[in-house]
Amino acid sequence: MSYKGRFRVWRGDAAGGALADYTVEVNDGEVVLDVLHRLQATQAPDLAVRWNCKAGKCGSCSAEINGRPRLLCMTRMSVFAPTDVVTVTPMRTFPVLRDLVTDVSFNYAKAREVPSFTPPADLAPGEYRMAQVDVERSQEFRKCIECFLCQDTCHVVRDHDENKEAFAGPRFLMRIAELEMHPLDVADRVPAAQDEHGLGRCNITKCCTEVCPEGIKITDNALIPMKERVADRRYDPLVWLGRTISRRRD
Amino acid sequence: MTAPARHPAWRGVDAPGRAAVGVRTLRTDRWWLAPVATALGLLVFVVYATARAFEQAYFFADERYLTPFYSPCVSLGCASAPGSSHFGMFLPDNPLIPYAALSLPFLLGFRLTCYYYRKAYYRSFWLAPAACAVPEPHPRQTGETRFPLVMQNVHRYFFYVAVLVSLVNTYDALVAFRHPDDGFVVGVGNLVLLANVVLLWCYTASCHSCRHVMGGRLTHFSKHPVRYWFWTRISALNTRHMLFAWITLASLILTDLYVTLVARGTIVDLRLIG
Amino acid sequence: MTEIERHDYDVLVIGAGGAGLRAAIEARERGLRTAIVCKSLFGKAHTVMAEGGCAAAMGNVNEHDSWQVHFRDTMRGGKFLNNWRMAELHAKEAPDRVWELETYGALFDRTADGRISQRHFGGHTYPRLAHVGDRTGLELLRTMQQRIVALQQADHAATGDYEARLRVFAECTVTELLTDPAGAGGHAPIAGAFGYWRESGRHVLFSAPAVVLATGGIGKSFQVTSNSWEYTGDGHALALRAGASLVDMEFVQFHPTGMVWPPSVKGILVTEGVRGDGGVLRNSDGDRFMFGYVPDVFKGQYAQTEDEADRWYDDQENNRRTPDLLPRDEVARAINTEVKEGRGSPHGGVYLDIASRMPAEEIKRRLPSMYHQFKELADVDITAEPMEVGPTCHYVMGGIEVDPDTGQSRVPGLFAAGECAGGMHGSNRLGGNSLSDLLVFGRRAGLGAADYVTGLERRPAIREADVETAAAMTLAPFEAHPAAAGENPYTLHADLQRVMNDLVGIIRTEAEMVAALDRLAELRARVHDVVVEGHRQYNPGWHLALDLRNMLMVSEAVASSALLRTESRGGHTREDHPGLDPQWRHRVLVTHCVDASEAGAGAVVPRTAVEAAERVPMRADLLALFDLPELEKYYTAPELAGHPGRGSRQGGTP
Repeated sequence: MSYKGRFRVWRGDAAGGALADYTVEVNDGEVVLDVLHRLQATQAPDLAVRWNCKAGKCGSCSAEINGRPRLLCMTRMSVFAPTDVVTVTPMRTFPVLRDLVTDVSFNYAKAREVPSFTPPADLAPGEYRMAQVDVERSQEFRKCIECFLCQDTCHVVRDHDENKEAFAGPRFLMRIAELEMHPLDVADRVPAAQDEHGLGRCNITKCCTEVCPEGIKITDNALIPMKERVADRRYDPLVWLGRTISRRRD
Repeated sequence: MTAPARHPAWRGVDAPGRAAVGVRTLRTDRWWLAPVATALGLLVFVVYATARAFEQAYFFADERYLTPFYSPCVSLGCASAPGSSHFGMFLPDNPLIPYAALSLPFLLGFRLTCYYYRKAYYRSFWLAPAACAVPEPHPRQTGETRFPLVMQNVHRYFFYVAVLVSLVNTYDALVAFRHPDDGFVVGVGNLVLLANVVLLWCYTASCHSCRHVMGGRLTHFSKHPVRYWFWTRISALNTRHMLFAWITLASLILTDLYVTLVARGTIVDLRLIG
Repeated sequence: MTEIERHDYDVLVIGAGGAGLRAAIEARERGLRTAIVCKSLFGKAHTVMAEGGCAAAMGNVNEHDSWQVHFRDTMRGGKFLNNWRMAELHAKEAPDRVWELETYGALFDRTADGRISQRHFGGHTYPRLAHVGDRTGLELLRTMQQRIVALQQADHAATGDYEARLRVFAECTVTELLTDPAGAGGHAPIAGAFGYWRESGRHVLFSAPAVVLATGGIGKSFQVTSNSWEYTGDGHALALRAGASLVDMEFVQFHPTGMVWPPSVKGILVTEGVRGDGGVLRNSDGDRFMFGYVPDVFKGQYAQTEDEADRWYDDQENNRRTPDLLPRDEVARAINTEVKEGRGSPHGGVYLDIASRMPAEEIKRRLPSMYHQFKELADVDITAEPMEVGPTCHYVMGGIEVDPDTGQSRVPGLFAAGECAGGMHGSNRLGGNSLSDLLVFGRRAGLGAADYVTGLERRPAIREADVETAAAMTLAPFEAHPAAAGENPYTLHADLQRVMNDLVGIIRTEAEMVAALDRLAELRARVHDVVVEGHRQYNPGWHLALDLRNMLMVSEAVASSALLRTESRGGHTREDHPGLDPQWRHRVLVTHCVDASEAGAGAVVPRTAVEAAERVPMRADLLALFDLPELEKYYTAPELAGHPGRGSRQGGTP
């Protein structure tokens, strides 16, 4: 089955742009990215769109479809009616480069601010022993394909450029959680999560979890457990009491 | 062209450098439905619960059913319903002091600081954000870094108290099986109270703080098999925390309504046993 | 001429997949200033697509495993065409490379005693693949990406600059390598590389005495492929034009199980792990047809009944494995035959069934991303119905001819590692050997480059004339072509893919190769007239026009090599020469660029030529690892004269 689909695609660059209307052939079993490729091959050869694996594994083709952050390659055309107009824009949290391509360097800068895995000093390569149940929580976070849709949808930076300095975003707060829960990481990451990476700015409205194409439970399994670990240190009366007593004993 | 007053230009998705789309959200689905429904649901509960907490009547039925809104009944006013107070009466009887003034503030605090309810009211009342990728109206966002929202971090305190209150509710539900004259009896009201208590435990146990203190804070599950087992069970419950949050709002209202109606004599409690 | 952005580095790594990152880590750790250039964003490389695992004889699951067993499996899989020294280094060093990743923070799945778990895979005698569910490639790439960030953080702590000694140039394409003809005798050594920023279209020049090519494969020249757009054979073509040679280009691996439906995802991979974990292939009659396709050389190593095959999953000591796990070339050909003979599925594949073999929850736990992939892309629930699969172009065994120990090509200062390097896998790569390949040889290439730079007396210089030629070449597609109407790059690309798919696919004949070479010659002429619209800023049509040059050169190398090799072996099947020919085992087909001496000046797509050469005979101690009867299936009698088995049998014969 094939039909003429109506598309509105944002064309332009940092200086300005607008939604352009196109009518493109759509075939059975296609995803939005297929249609954009047909658009490139037939009507708009210079339409800029970032993509790579086309199988939802590399996280390159992030954009917004009908206002929702999505991967272009994982959005099947069958979710739309043939009469629907499909609107495609670049991610709206990052500076636009051209058409559907944005400057995501914010994310790479944030990645560098998270201290790396700190292995125990006394273990040689090959001596690492970890139980499966102990690595599973971090493994969930390592499924992340770095599409940055969570960073795009998070209102802390989407609606507030001024927060970009102080807030690492869900992706990198999750990275901190990943290292914090790593069974062999020896660094203490809890105070910095709150003080340097802006964990407190997160108000757990779960949009990151909603858009994650890997289905990672970012809020429930990474952000809230990190907030709880901060609470352990700073806000829990029993833990505080326990620590004071044990300190006195020492 | 002038920008709408509530959305000064050059902010958020209109900030310089970002794609000039011109429309602040392109979402075509009914994204406003969820926050509106949430707001209405929460309002209904707040209005009902406030009215009932201050009514100071019809809280004890058949000499054994105590509504959770009055538990534990520790006001001197509880004397009006003999047998309703299981833990002594010492708070002054004042129209501004609910009979369960000992537990209600903590239950309110527990729900207010609950990770699910926070999401619900940040979205539906504060509109930050009303829905994903829909711009929020506020000029600044500091999240939970400052007073008063930094206080959300005390959720843990409220959880500990909520466990105590749940124990009291459980006690209430159990002693309700004993009628002062007829001995052991089972009425429909017992089932209502019991079901409500089970659901309250589900909500309390599925709390994120509970998940953390029971095992989530450990780095090496393999060294703590019992706590790991608890953590896996609580994690499974935790995925339904939102569901229990809403179910318990409904079950609290229904339980209270049942006790009230029996106390008023509007309906008669059906005895199944005894 | 507009001003060109210039950078100076000691080592320039082209490609940011597993091999490139591992090479860069090594070069930087040796203290050299290192740059990584990649066409995509950092962390998006094709390595993320690798699913099944990374082969390393750690012996965690079966203690009988050793480097010798891994070496033998690799050589058998490649039908004894592998560069034996590479296979030896690979088998010996892979465990260290995997363990090293743990010190960078990798989290592999674990055994009950806390070590790295290992899984079964086609062609491997023992469970050998370190894995993380079915996203092992992502784990490897992310781990090395994070290692690079760690090194940058160390540089930041020391110098205040994250990029002081290690910098990533993302979304930047290299179009030409530059050599210094005034360098030492023999080949002109590498002096640098020329390219452009994809974002702005502006030119950029790297001056570097050592370049490591780690650009991956060539799959985008084929219509049905599991490869991403980046796989345009850039490294292969850059090396050719710089004067290096390619080997074994006729060997292209078609993975037996790619998705065949819907059309938009045709070719996307279904991991071999599905079969390793119990999935079986069936034709439209419901038969497990692989039992009928066990070739003579593997007779006795695979189960002959379904019962034995099924028992093998639980008891590998006493049963032989299922023929569903034969090497990839065998399975791909079998599927091809089944479909051709009318026993295929509705969309032209066969069925891969795991739904009837284990509970739904088990499938979701073991193969989460496969479940996800079929659910999202094809709307198929693999826990309830079988998948439809068919062969897809997956990997090129051929590549740049390198020194096994250092990764250096014929061109001094030019190194290669990973898929774009040739020799390691012979005529057919075993699943799981590519992730270990890129770790072992990525490191060796980084090390080789570091040693080379350290030992240099004089830094080779770039000639400005070469820079101007390279710049003009990139801008040619913008010039109007008064003579012709102008060719659309997308149309040209589609035509190229059709030629390669139809004529140079799984089954080949002499007539088809000749026809393919004719068609490629026509395409080469048309590339001259390619015209792109718009401007240089992030213009995908222009990018494709430039990549087409590389795809055409590599396609010609594949077709010419396939024409010459008159036998069938591994990833090269000739219908007109169906058998293995021992006379071809000891010969290697070497591709080089005909007009490389002039750096391809004037020619958009320089011609290539292929010649046969002799392979280096295997070292005696390695040859002795195999039994004589097995070797006799592959080797000519004179080649085996020195084998200890022969010696004992023939006793006193002089």
